[in-house]
Amino acid sequence: MRLKKILGLYVTGFVVLTLVLAVLEFAGVLQLKGIGYVFMIFSVAVYAMIGIITRTSDPSEYYVAGRGVNAIYNGMATGSDWMSAASFISMAGLLFALGHMGLAYILGWTGGYVLLALLLAPYLRKFGQYTIPDFLGARYGGNPARVVGIVAAILVSLTYLTAQLNGVGTIVSRFIGIPFEPGVFIGLLGVLVCSFLGGMRAVTWTQVAQYIVLISAYLIPVIWLSAKLFFIPIPELTYGQVLERISVMEKQIMGKENPNPRNIPADVLNDKIDPAKEKESRDLWAKDVATLKAKLANVDSALAADKAALETKLASLADDKVAERRAALEKQKADAQAMINAPLPIDPKTKQPVIMDAEKLKALEANIADADRQLAALSPEAVKAEKEKTEKALAALPKNAEDARTKWSAALSTAQNQAKGTGDYLAVPAFVSADGKSYPMLQFLGLMFCLMLGTAGLPHILTRYYTTPSVKQARASVGWSLFFIFLLYFTAPAYAAFARYEVFVNLVGTSMAELPSWVASWKVVGLLDVIDKNGDGVVQFADFIIKSTDFVVLATPEIAGLPATITGLVMAGGLAAALSTADGLLLTIANAFSHDLYYKIINPRASVQTRVLISKTLLVIVALIAAAIAAFVKLPVIAATVAWAFSFAASSLFPALVLGIWWRRTTGLGAILGMIAGLAVSMTYSILNFFSTAPNNLLGYAQPFSVLSLRHTESGLLGMPVAFLVIIVVSLLTPAPDKSLQDFVYSVRFPKGAARGKEVEAIGGATS
Amino acid sequence: MNETQQVKDAEMAQVDVDQQTLQNYWRENRNLVFTMLGIWFAVSYLVQLFASAFNNVVIAGFPLGYYMGGQGALIVFVAMIFIYAKKMNALDKKYNLEEEEDE
Repeated sequence: MRLKKILGLYVTGFVVLTLVLAVLEFAGVLQLKGIGYVFMIFSVAVYAMIGIITRTSDPSEYYVAGRGVNAIYNGMATGSDWMSAASFISMAGLLFALGHMGLAYILGWTGGYVLLALLLAPYLRKFGQYTIPDFLGARYGGNPARVVGIVAAILVSLTYLTAQLNGVGTIVSRFIGIPFEPGVFIGLLGVLVCSFLGGMRAVTWTQVAQYIVLISAYLIPVIWLSAKLFFIPIPELTYGQVLERISVMEKQIMGKENPNPRNIPADVLNDKIDPAKEKESRDLWAKDVATLKAKLANVDSALAADKAALETKLASLADDKVAERRAALEKQKADAQAMINAPLPIDPKTKQPVIMDAEKLKALEANIADADRQLAALSPEAVKAEKEKTEKALAALPKNAEDARTKWSAALSTAQNQAKGTGDYLAVPAFVSADGKSYPMLQFLGLMFCLMLGTAGLPHILTRYYTTPSVKQARASVGWSLFFIFLLYFTAPAYAAFARYEVFVNLVGTSMAELPSWVASWKVVGLLDVIDKNGDGVVQFADFIIKSTDFVVLATPEIAGLPATITGLVMAGGLAAALSTADGLLLTIANAFSHDLYYKIINPRASVQTRVLISKTLLVIVALIAAAIAAFVKLPVIAATVAWAFSFAASSLFPALVLGIWWRRTTGLGAILGMIAGLAVSMTYSILNFFSTAPNNLLGYAQPFSVLSLRHTESGLLGMPVAFLVIIVVSLLTPAPDKSLQDFVYSVRFPKGAARGKEVEAIGGATS
Repeated sequence: MNETQQVKDAEMAQVDVDQQTLQNYWRENRNLVFTMLGIWFAVSYLVQLFASAFNNVVIAGFPLGYYMGGQGALIVFVAMIFIYAKKMNALDKKYNLEEEEDE
């Protein structure tokens, strides 16, 4: 196949390019930014080229890649379709910050594939149409179910797409140093050029190419690091020892007793860890917490007091005031000097001069020294500097109460985090939290559950299994998908552990003047910060502020001592991850409109060319809308909403699809009402909980809205049971599906007759 | 391929399998799926529910509970999907329900 040859060429090209860039970097010709440009232009150009080569207007090619993608390639494509910027850049960081709790993401985002393989993929392939609403329409007797399916698919995918484009913008802007908004649109170009020209066919092959880039970018730094520390280049095996060392150092930092029960040799730990100094820093942060809480309790008066204090200070620095104080000090000095210099009084009795007693002399001398010190502080230069500092502080004061609340809340959460110390990385989520108010274990398992069911219900992933040539291949393809995803996911915990070890060993205890180079370079970008809280000139763990846990993946190449070319490669990998996911999502949304809504409902007589043309037009429109939301609305919600997509899918599409295949008695009305009910419950809970717990509490709730302490990310745990229950109850109350529908269920259950090209149009068509 | 041809294909696919065969096939498939779901549930939810206890076992530095969450369960997941695919292919053959070869 011609494509395979091109793919081979591409991989070779990429390796050569990486080597050339590394050489140029060593020769001093290129720096990270230049490398970033080259990588980005090269990748986008290649994706565009694949798009051009595979361009097509044939619907089977356009929607399902001609059902000619074999299991392994489809697995790779699904892998990069699936792994978004969140998986690539953020997941290891999440683990770094959350410890065991973060494993919910790893388990959740892989375990869903088991459900997909067992319950859905082979049957969808046997059904053999183009989209998920196609299936719902055929199984549940027509357009109402199809419409609900369309709404659910668009809602889920658009939520996810906006977050992806947000990620694209962040990476592009960080990559080549341009502002965020144009970054989103440049990235969009890369997405569009590919999916617009070639539809699913182009997207599939681009995603295969993108997978190769992203997986090598992800694995190289951590393999290198493992080889460097343990002489074994398999980080997934060696990081266990790192975990042990982390635990010991955490206990040392927190000043716990018996930190090293297994007697790990001191030379792989850090003897510069100072529990007393750590506590000092933490206590200072805790003091900040108290101050900020008091301020937040009464924002208006606290803001006024802050302003008044600074203004008083500024007023005291005015020229005439300073002159006045200088004069007073000069006088104080002169007076004291005069007293010292004054002729000694003569004792009338002895006629001898009386020597001033030592104490009084000392006091006078101290008086002079004190005046000198104060005068120095009032020197024109010092006054000017002080004035500037105060003016700056005044300008930096929050503009109004709203602004103050936002700023101080952010400062409060930083302070709270820093005051907490290291936490226990390996601690298992408790059944009931220390304050008795929440159930961390339930949150943990709940999130896992929503992510798993959501994974099995995401339309852009489900559609992928339509592209395999056969049911047999669809079954294997899920395995390959998970295998390729697994390569990255089971490395992520190693990434997190190595980064944490590095922070404990090479950052804690170093002098503020000699920070490791990776700290310096990512501090500039604003991913992290080091503040010497207790002013001792040495970094404590409590001084290390993580502003974005993304630093874990981005900084690991530098931590491992690899050249900037590898950092560039990692960024190219992140871009590939974000673009490929955006591609798949975009196609799903555009197809929901053009294929499901326009062709199947509005104009079934539309010609093949019209259908593909409309899909392409919609693709551009949807892309622009999503990019506009990502670039200009910039809701703080965006980051949180990625997880929502999973809960929404778990509460709507998943139950309807699974019951549709596994329970013949499921009726159309049941499925429709169930999807609506599940979606409604899940969405309502997410929105209410999010806005009532958001730092600035947009809806003004007195209490966070929550059930069983579930967070907005786990709303599927409520929506999913509701959906299943409604589908089952309503189905039992309505007459059983007619024979043609029952036959339809039979037909998808066995693989016979699914071979390529046999579009079983009649079954889908007869009932819709 | 025209519409009538497609209808014929679809009908043929339905006609040449009798209900009894399909029911047996489906029962075997269902049992397999339930077994697999049991394993899936055990390695993820059950292990994590009792992760504190599992963490008392430490191998090569890995507390078992953490390891299962970060790696062990994932390995089981991947293996399970391939095993299921293989078993299903065998089942297709047993009931003569394989799809037509098309290469």
